Amino acid sequence: MIAGLYRAGDSPLHRMAAGWKLLALLVAGTLVFLVESPFAALAALLAVLVLYRLAGFGLRLAMAQLRPVAIVLAILFLAQLWLASPAVAALFVTRLAALVLAAALVTLTTRTSDLVDAIERGLAPLSRLGVDVAKVSLSLSLAIRFIPAVGQIAAEIREAQIARGQRPNPLTLVAPLIVRLLKMADEIAEAIDARS
Amino acid sequence: MSTRDVVLVALFAALMAALGAFPPLMIPAIGVPITAQSMGPMLAGGIIGARRGALSMLLFVVLVAVGLPLLPGGRGGLAIFAGPTAGFILGWIAAAAVTGVLVERFWSGLSFVTAFLAAAIGGIVVLYAIGIPWISLVGGVPLATAAAGSAAFIPGDLIKAGLAAAAILMVKRSYPIIRPAHGRP
Repeated sequence: MIAGLYRAGDSPLHRMAAGWKLLALLVAGTLVFLVESPFAALAALLAVLVLYRLAGFGLRLAMAQLRPVAIVLAILFLAQLWLASPAVAALFVTRLAALVLAAALVTLTTRTSDLVDAIERGLAPLSRLGVDVAKVSLSLSLAIRFIPAVGQIAAEIREAQIARGQRPNPLTLVAPLIVRLLKMADEIAEAIDARS
Repeated sequence: MSTRDVVLVALFAALMAALGAFPPLMIPAIGVPITAQSMGPMLAGGIIGARRGALSMLLFVVLVAVGLPLLPGGRGGLAIFAGPTAGFILGWIAAAAVTGVLVERFWSGLSFVTAFLAAAIGGIVVLYAIGIPWISLVGGVPLATAAAGSAAFIPGDLIKAGLAAAAILMVKRSYPIIRPAHGRP
């Protein structure tokens, strides 16, 4: 089982049901896109930072959430500055930063398993439209279990190639890896069908 | 969907995670790191077909959304979908579908050229057709600006389409999964 991005804690945000957090994020995300003033966007950003505090997280963790988008945000800021005005540039970048931070906060305070449960519950009404919720659940739990296994097989193939004196490259690794996975698929499917 | 279809979908979602853990290739002439992961949609569509391939990408996107750090550099979580480049992640679903449809269409006489075109049309043309307007919309910049910012990744993506095409052909020869459109056995 691979570790998710969840950070354990006991704050009101951690205790809140996953479904409500997702709904709140959706509403907040829509509202923040209706904001037209950079000051309102800044207020939204500060409000999200207060929520980080409430969740027991420091400013440093909040900043770490922005790092992956920092370059794109910087480029967007410069493009807006050049094409529009400083106010518009500030509005767009502040708004996006607030949204990214809010979304990351849901991830940080919600266990992967709770989010998976929320999705499965959310899908239940769709079963009348032909969505096979049991198969969706099966594919989710299988994939979570397969992730470390596939990484392990990839490492084995790479080691075997190095031992034979081959220099592994993406192609000589990917094709045998996929053939191994396809062969596995038949065995796993038979085992699942035999048990049900 | 048979149980085997579900297993194939889950395995290709897991393959995406493994590709995300591959060390990125740095080609000095291009200047941007090439990650193996965006080969995933081309491989999924070209090897398990349009429907299962697209579902495997949808499953992978859901796994990222629920907080697993499966994107290169251990990124993941809902924040990915709030950022301006989310179209390039969500676009993987359509990319796999289009690559899959094209490979299925050319299946009986599949060559490197047709496999490459299928991978490039699905994994580059379709992906950028979703990713670039997304940046433009979310970031509030004109389409041309968003396109110029994305162009640096095209050479790397062409290399990946070539690698994916070669892999699709190798797997077709040794373990074909897609059935020809006519005359199902």
